[in-house]
Amino acid sequence: MEILITGLVLGGTYALIAMGLNLQYGMARIMNLANGEVLVAGGFAAFWFYTAGQISPLLTVFIVAPLAFVANWLIYVIILRPLVKRAKSRGQLEVDSILTTFGLSFIAVGVMLAVFGGDYFSYSFLATPVQLFGDTYALNRILAFLSAVVICGALYLWLNHSRTGMSVRAIAVSPDSAKLVGIDVPRLSAIAFALGGAVTAVGGTLISSFLTLDASTGVLFTLKALIIVIMGGVGDVRGTIVAALMLGILETFVASVIDPGLTLAAAYALFVIILLFRPQGLFGRKTT
Amino acid sequence: MNRRSIIQMVSAATLATGLVASAAFAADPLKIGAVAPKTGPLAGGAAVTFWPNVQLWASDVNGRGGINVGGEMRMVEIIEYDDQTNPGETIKAVQRLATQDNADFILAPYGTGFNIAAAPIFARYGYPMVTHTAITDQIEDLSAKFPNMYFTLGGAKGLVGSTIGILEKLHADGAINNKVAMVNVADAFGIEMAEVARPLLEEKGFDVVYDTSYPLGTQDLSPVVKGAKAAAPDSFLAWSYPPDTFGLTEQAMIEDLDVKVYYNAVATAFPAYGGKFGAAAENVLGTGGVHADGAAFKEYAARHEAVTGAKPDYWASAMAYSSFQILVQAIEATGTIDRETVSKYIDENTFDTVIGDISFDENNSNAAFWTVGQWQGGVFKGVASTGRDGAVPVQLKSGWK
Repeated sequence: MEILITGLVLGGTYALIAMGLNLQYGMARIMNLANGEVLVAGGFAAFWFYTAGQISPLLTVFIVAPLAFVANWLIYVIILRPLVKRAKSRGQLEVDSILTTFGLSFIAVGVMLAVFGGDYFSYSFLATPVQLFGDTYALNRILAFLSAVVICGALYLWLNHSRTGMSVRAIAVSPDSAKLVGIDVPRLSAIAFALGGAVTAVGGTLISSFLTLDASTGVLFTLKALIIVIMGGVGDVRGTIVAALMLGILETFVASVIDPGLTLAAAYALFVIILLFRPQGLFGRKTT
Repeated sequence: MNRRSIIQMVSAATLATGLVASAAFAADPLKIGAVAPKTGPLAGGAAVTFWPNVQLWASDVNGRGGINVGGEMRMVEIIEYDDQTNPGETIKAVQRLATQDNADFILAPYGTGFNIAAAPIFARYGYPMVTHTAITDQIEDLSAKFPNMYFTLGGAKGLVGSTIGILEKLHADGAINNKVAMVNVADAFGIEMAEVARPLLEEKGFDVVYDTSYPLGTQDLSPVVKGAKAAAPDSFLAWSYPPDTFGLTEQAMIEDLDVKVYYNAVATAFPAYGGKFGAAAENVLGTGGVHADGAAFKEYAARHEAVTGAKPDYWASAMAYSSFQILVQAIEATGTIDRETVSKYIDENTFDTVIGDISFDENNSNAAFWTVGQWQGGVFKGVASTGRDGAVPVQLKSGWK
């Protein structure tokens, strides 16, 4: 029971890390390798507001989200849209976007280094124990889990029960056909990308309350987000959620029952096994 | 990535207050190379321990007119390189400093692996290498191969031995039982420390009731701490690195880990650690330490904060600065920038630094180094060393409030 709850809470953290990338890769079709840096930037913002004005990360979220949305929208429109326009196939767009965002991640690290310095940053927010079913959990992690539920739930509802959401899903399936039915593909792609960036930054703000970050730790999160998104299947929000929860529970199980040293091995083993049996990911569409 | 950082602005301003005769402007500056991570996993550590000390040292030296080389005052010009936490890049940067930039001296890099990687290049070009963040048990071998390489922070056996020595004494005094939980980060440092600790603990009669490792960068350490708690030890030792040092402590707070001895390794001595945990960090033991109450350290720390805007850490910061002081004192004493002469001088003499007196034994090692410190009253004080003055008594941990 304890393993299950700890695993779910960890899964919530992972869902926050990966959901943004799912939107950017699945919907806007940009494999954004600078994703981790956006997350760290969100964390920096939380640290800054908390140490300067004791503003809780839960409130900083409302500042970070619109800022990240605008910043990512600008990045898409200025740097990435030209790639989209000239890409002759989906494969070529992926390669182009990987290379471009790879470079972007270095620029982002450099900028953060110049602005914040290379030091680790860490603050203590709600690091108090909470008793659930007889076991102790950290309040800040539980809050991050609940926020993940809210954010992922809201995204799922938006994508599946609103007209704009349906249009975004249409772009994910086939941008050319979507154009034919009158969907403004460029505008909605930009919105999807920007939304993904905002979700990632919000995730960063929330997880910075219990993880220690510095300007260079972004790449770790990009890797984790990548395997979760691919495992869950690109383009479906449910896939990311399920994959994140599975990963969280598996890692916690291995750490508690077998050996904490094997968590990474177990995570990647799960990744390999799922892809062996279902190459398109858990909820992905088979490529026709 | 490289950036020339010319400190002449600072030095020109201070010189204008009339410190040295105008002849100083005529002398060429001494080129001093500095290579360390500015990006990559160890960037955080170097940003606390190495780079501010380079800045402080250059400012101090140039502030008093430069280094006195045989009667001629020469300012220092620092040439910085980012090795991206990649030993291959460290080697390339040192090579470039030696052959293209014609550096007169090169400061030792940051981190054990990087110093060991760069040692052959330093040796080939004859640069004295006074390390400040290299902890290794291969000191004898390395100093035999690289006679210009000096060690100041000791080796794993010394660090582990001191820590377990503290446990031994507390156990003998009846303050703790013999149950120990030990965890380590699955990186070269953590693995080496744990491997030295295991047989030593057994030899001293301790029962290791929980023994595990975890990958670097693990996001959730609660299974590790829960496992340790379930084994009900009186002592908890973690051979950890910065992100997990913070993570483990936070988990221990959440779980209210009831131990009398709580130790985690690297980064416990960082001001950010005390800053984040505040009162909960009271009586946490960690690697490192300094004579924090001593006048020399206090004055150094005040200057560090004034010039760089950040506090020094309570372990290797002062040692980094001391190693730069050794270089200056050797140059001034010999009156030359001939590397062979300077290196020989370092080998044979004692130096007065912010850490205290430093001299090197027949294995080029400073035998007196701080090993364990403890947070007491918001300051991380040295509690154990292999021969330094100023250790304060160890206190038992009592709760996490």
